[in-house]
Amino acid sequence: MIPEIGHFSLILALFLCIFLSIAPLVGSFTGQTLLMQSSRSLATGFFVFCTIAFICLAIAFGQDDFSVAYVSQNSNSLLPIYYKLCAVWGGHEGSLLLWAWMLSAWTFAITLFSRNLPLEMLSRVLSVMGMIAVGFLLFTLLTSNPFDRLLPDQPAEGSDLNPLLQDPGFIFHPPMLYMGYVGFSVAFAFAIAALIGGRLDSAWARWSRPWTTVAWSFLTLGIALGSWWAYYELGWGGWWFWDPVENASLMPWLVGTALIHSLAVTEKRGVFKSWTILLAIFAFSLSLLGTFLVRSGVITSVHAFATDPARGTFILIFLLFAVGGSLLLYAFRAPQVKSISRFDVLSRETLLLGNNVLFVVMSATVLLGTLYPLIADALGWGRVSVGPPYFNALFVPLMAIVCVLLGIGPLASWKKSPLKYIQNLLFKPLTISVILGLIFPAVYGDSYSISAAIAAILGIWIIATTVAEVIHKTRNASSFVAGLRRLTLSFYGMVFAHLGVAVTVLGVTLNTIYSEQKDVRMDPGATVEAGGYEFLFYGVEQVPGPNYTAQRGKIEVSSDGKVLEILMPEKRNYFSGGPSMTEASINSNLFRDIYIALGEPLTGGSWAMRVYFKPFVAWIWLGSVFMALGGFMAIADKRYRAHVKRKNPAVETVQSSSADQVDTDLAGAKV
Amino acid sequence: MGNILGRLKLFIPLAVFLVLAVFFYRGLSLDPTEMPSALIDKPVPNFSLANLENPESNITQNDLKGKPYLLNVWATWCVACRQEHPYLVELAEQGVNIYGMNYKDDTEEAKRWLARLGNPYSMNIVDDEGRLGLDLGVFGAPETYVVDSEGFIRYKHIGVVTKDIWQSKIAPIYSSL
Repeated sequence: MIPEIGHFSLILALFLCIFLSIAPLVGSFTGQTLLMQSSRSLATGFFVFCTIAFICLAIAFGQDDFSVAYVSQNSNSLLPIYYKLCAVWGGHEGSLLLWAWMLSAWTFAITLFSRNLPLEMLSRVLSVMGMIAVGFLLFTLLTSNPFDRLLPDQPAEGSDLNPLLQDPGFIFHPPMLYMGYVGFSVAFAFAIAALIGGRLDSAWARWSRPWTTVAWSFLTLGIALGSWWAYYELGWGGWWFWDPVENASLMPWLVGTALIHSLAVTEKRGVFKSWTILLAIFAFSLSLLGTFLVRSGVITSVHAFATDPARGTFILIFLLFAVGGSLLLYAFRAPQVKSISRFDVLSRETLLLGNNVLFVVMSATVLLGTLYPLIADALGWGRVSVGPPYFNALFVPLMAIVCVLLGIGPLASWKKSPLKYIQNLLFKPLTISVILGLIFPAVYGDSYSISAAIAAILGIWIIATTVAEVIHKTRNASSFVAGLRRLTLSFYGMVFAHLGVAVTVLGVTLNTIYSEQKDVRMDPGATVEAGGYEFLFYGVEQVPGPNYTAQRGKIEVSSDGKVLEILMPEKRNYFSGGPSMTEASINSNLFRDIYIALGEPLTGGSWAMRVYFKPFVAWIWLGSVFMALGGFMAIADKRYRAHVKRKNPAVETVQSSSADQVDTDLAGAKV
Repeated sequence: MGNILGRLKLFIPLAVFLVLAVFFYRGLSLDPTEMPSALIDKPVPNFSLANLENPESNITQNDLKGKPYLLNVWATWCVACRQEHPYLVELAEQGVNIYGMNYKDDTEEAKRWLARLGNPYSMNIVDDEGRLGLDLGVFGAPETYVVDSEGFIRYKHIGVVTKDIWQSKIAPIYSSL
């Protein structure tokens, strides 16, 4: 019964969305307030019924209802309850339901937080959300229904959740990632609504900015979590593989990064309007494309849950409508009038444009690398594959340029920034970063590494320029601390996010350069030395788990006779079969990880072990947390709340227009 | 005039997307896991590449002849190869003759991988530049070719070789050779 309620709710949600995508939009043209106002209740209904469907599926998992095909494929009665509940998004059908639910949650959130949005705009935005939802709900119901039953021959036991997914990382990674993916739909909806209305003023940029920033922050966390999870779960110390599925999440992130910067320019200076709209369309299109690539089987990947050409055809048609339709709308409605405000070659606008172009180029690079096998095949060039060397060769230099620009951008002023003025501000950070960067490899590591010096210079450059920016901003205050207090939260958000970039860049580069790997033979009771640490091996014992048995090694790691930690790497054999899973054990601190994975048993109780030394690896994810935190700080800024009280007639009335509302309290807007 | 050109420029993103969509449509009909190699029933292309275990000596297509064999394309950067590896070891223990082609890989990493995870391969061809891969039409790692004793390719499997795939698809062909 419960799965049927879920199924029925999903169908109801679909019908509500069909109304949502039509009625308010029509109302916004005919001026019928009633139709426009219906958008709020329809959106709420969509959220309520999606939630019911989602809960029903969770209950089916909780009750081990193996008559539901999806449950029997992805769960097992022995599975711990928290993994049973997460198994809701363990496969294709449930992932889509999670997608749809997230979409309904974002739609509902728009109704909650857009009280000061003109009704006309709100109804159009919600209508666009409704259209996206129709596509996804139809896709779920027609090709991938999670509530399908296996009756009358219901299996007595489920075939278990993929053991790779039975990990705490799986509880948080997909929801975070999807929050980000789906969140870009809001930016998309605002852009499309603005195009439909034909009014591309800076107001729409201000409205969609916080939404975009939140989505971007979640996506950042989602990607970082995924990378961290791969690092400790796959058991071989890698954290990024340029796998098509990873690329699918990286592309919207890159374009999203360009988008949040471009939105800032459009809001503050009223320029780059068409460009910003295009980025909003791209960011969401790439999210959809990611779904297409992963779900359709067009590109094979280890992550792909299910591949089915019928699903692929459906998503392709959906893509044609959503992406093709919005780009067509863009081609007809985007403003081509050159923006009124002019800016110099050397100005913050130009630098931000540089940032935009670089991020779009990086995204195109990743897209090309991901699609190249497909394109080459379709053109009959033979089957080729693109490995990590391609991505690294293009991505790393582009990222280096981004780092250089990132240091200059925030210090440049809007409109016009005399070279002399920038030179004065940049002289100290440049000196500091070059000197410290050149010294670093000499102090750290056995042999001097030029690439480490370059990496350190870039990382320190970002930090030094960011600090210079903070000092510069507080120069007029009575004291430094008083100055710090006067800075806005959105400014701190930017500072945090940029420092996060520096931390991640340092982590990625130094980890790649200085990582070491040792294969050691360990005899029980004996100590082995590697990389300046001693490893005392106690042996391996059999340990039972809830749905697996594990061989657990016990190794005492010490440095100069001082015990650091006892590490217990495992090899698990799940009852449901499949190859054994490696569970690495990690001793972690800020500057390095010692990562031990159990290898193969040798004679006489000895084991082969893999020991990795991973310097600065934690920085990769720490930096990402900083970036996401920066995003959340920016939207917590009081300027987003102040608008409610400000009683700005231009915002209150339907006729709001023009780019005259220039806030000066934007992140780094003051000079 | 300038206005029309300006408007036309805005159609560029749409045009790019439509071109991509055509490729996606083609991609849907080209199922990469089912697609037979153009080389089926043709001999293994000529090559002369280093032996992973013994870099001094080169391997050529003639060195592999004599017995039917599987030619497995693998690399240490390939996540799926890692998943596949234990089963290959199992097959080798059952007496299946497997040659490896280490594809676009770091030779030292590859040696470590084999030392660590076991070596199911009778010999390993080092194809670090991907030349043989290009001649064979390798789509991506892992891929497995079934070759008869005369060096003719009889079957190609793209993706991980699992027990199911071995039993249903590869073993019937391999044991008939």
